[in-house]
Amino acid sequence: MPRINSATELQALRKGLLSKRDPNKPCVAVCAGTGCLGPGSDNVISAFEREVEKHALKGKVDMRATGCHGFCETGPNVVIYPEEICYTRVRVEDVPEIVSQTVIGKKVIDRLVYTDPHTGEKSVHQSEIPFYKKQMRHLIGNNSKIDPKSLDDYLALGGYSALSRALFEMSPEQVLEEIKKANLRGRGGGGFPAGLKWETARNAPGEKKYVIVNGHEGEPGAFMDRALFTGNPHSVLEGLIIGAYAIGAHEGFIYTRHDSAQLRNNIAIALAQAEQYGLLGENILGSGFNFNVEVHLDVGIFVSGESSALMRSIEGKAPEPRPKYIRTSVSGIWERPSNLNNVETWANVPQIISKGYAWYTRIGTEGSKGTKLISLSGNIVNTGVVEVPMGTTLREIVYDIGGGIPNGKKLKAVHFGGPMGGSIPASLLDTPLDFDALAKLGAPIGAGGMFVMDEDTNMVEVARFFLNFLTNESCGKCVPCREGIRQMLKILTQISEGKGREGDIELLEELCEVAGAASLCALGKTASGPVLSTLGYFREEYEANIREKKRPA
Amino acid sequence: MNGVNEVNGVKGKVRTGAMDNDRIDRIIDKYQGKPSSVIQLLMEIQHENHWLAREVLVKVSKRLEVPLSEVLHIVTFYKTFSLIPKGRHEIHVCTGTSCHARGGQRVLDRVQDLIGIKPGETSSDLKFSLEAGNCCSLGPEIVIDGKHHGRIEPDKVEDVLKDYH
Repeated sequence: MPRINSATELQALRKGLLSKRDPNKPCVAVCAGTGCLGPGSDNVISAFEREVEKHALKGKVDMRATGCHGFCETGPNVVIYPEEICYTRVRVEDVPEIVSQTVIGKKVIDRLVYTDPHTGEKSVHQSEIPFYKKQMRHLIGNNSKIDPKSLDDYLALGGYSALSRALFEMSPEQVLEEIKKANLRGRGGGGFPAGLKWETARNAPGEKKYVIVNGHEGEPGAFMDRALFTGNPHSVLEGLIIGAYAIGAHEGFIYTRHDSAQLRNNIAIALAQAEQYGLLGENILGSGFNFNVEVHLDVGIFVSGESSALMRSIEGKAPEPRPKYIRTSVSGIWERPSNLNNVETWANVPQIISKGYAWYTRIGTEGSKGTKLISLSGNIVNTGVVEVPMGTTLREIVYDIGGGIPNGKKLKAVHFGGPMGGSIPASLLDTPLDFDALAKLGAPIGAGGMFVMDEDTNMVEVARFFLNFLTNESCGKCVPCREGIRQMLKILTQISEGKGREGDIELLEELCEVAGAASLCALGKTASGPVLSTLGYFREEYEANIREKKRPA
Repeated sequence: MNGVNEVNGVKGKVRTGAMDNDRIDRIIDKYQGKPSSVIQLLMEIQHENHWLAREVLVKVSKRLEVPLSEVLHIVTFYKTFSLIPKGRHEIHVCTGTSCHARGGQRVLDRVQDLIGIKPGETSSDLKFSLEAGNCCSLGPEIVIDGKHHGRIEPDKVEDVLKDYH
């Protein structure tokens, strides 16, 4: 493939790709996301390949191993194009029938179609399944339409037109202005306005600047970033290059998980292809803008997702956070201005540049714009990756999309924000998904892990579970975090083992206050989240545990 | 010499268990001996060899001119690195929030019963190493050598494990 040297050549290439594609050609898209690999989607993919071969359909039917479709609960998921027939829980034994009946015969196989467990209603197409119906899948929706290893697939869907627009029709200042007006807030945890961060890095003194993708996603119960990054790596990369142009950076880093070979491979392939096409490297698209990317991998500790720790890790040092009197956007990697955004934040950038801030700000609430990816898990009927417009109520997410609580149980609480987040009771379920509204309730959105708990859940045990995680992940550099969390955990363990004493609750509150005020980084500062929120909303449970010396069942 | 000490008088050719000098040199060469690549490089050795012998650390420290104390700081900080030999098969049982809620602990108990080791340990015949942690979206799940076995029930564990020798 020759390099693309101008915006016109990119357009011509896209036109050429589209003209060669027959929209009526059958295509079998099998989800190869982590949720579907567990129940064996890799075997389903090989079975399809064998079957296509057997029927001498090679070249007449396309096969696509895609990223996560979202509905992990019903995996392995298969979509047959062009009719977009959606089959769930597909087994290897079903494949011959699917090829002969649906791919060739154009007939729907009733037993493989999604059936609503409540109403018994069947949904042939993805868009009719209740799980997908209320979603707005701007970021994750393309996952089933592209092969993550194919830049051509991404280009055919209009990929890199935002980059071309930014480079040839906009100045870096205009790009920055667009992101600021869109009020894009960071999806990694803090919800800090991305435009302001970019501006700080842009204005910070120094020739060399860096942009970084935080793809660490270390919190338990969060799996949306890897679903997006594995399934559509170019959408993140395109956002990163646009950001680099706006900030004036010529080097970037991707920091991501080491434990998914698929994620690593797809990123490596995406970078190599982008470079080959002239979308990365020297003189991008003939614009004169240069930008290179290096991949760094986390080697298994939660705190290395914290911005200053992550940057230490990229320098090749142990990832201990530092106090942030000076922001990393001013002094980060090797003390140079370094702008770090999360995977999902970067993936939002291309659509804002393509469609404009006015389009973007129409989605969402006053203070939280756009859509948000949510990892929905726990005691919920439909586990999976969900994308909804900001402002959707938690009730809609739990009941309309999530299908409610399994086994006829009642909802007790919803936990947001991972191990440093908080739990809110079922009575607050009409709260909208909004950075500020949820933070006010003590359950900040965080990165978007939403954990649902039924009536059998012991909230003291929930707090203990998260603190147990955090005590193992504390880097140990500062005392309030290292010792504070350990002492909190000790008290929580005693309470949940029926050995709680009068005064334990007050002591816990005091420890929370000190660790929150005196710790170095967000891990220690917000480690008290699960304790304070459960104490706030479920205090009587703590009291009962202590009073009645309750022991876990 | 950059704070690097000779350990156990090891010089020149080092003993590295399953990994020979050439392979380590090749990995170090790949990163052009850049001190900032120490984490990536150690990880690659860990992936290939399943553990990091002291001699390997000394060699990395020398070639990259990174003090051994710093190398040790890194390898003891990150959980992925192992300073003791690991088994041929790495079993990872998910005990994250979702699996926790769906009975991940019972799966872990069953695995422990069957292979007789706890998380963080390696069986004496070096067949299995066991880890517990967060890994998935659809639990309970166990991952063996990178292969996911999702929606697993405690009584199915034995069936899965018997395929690994």
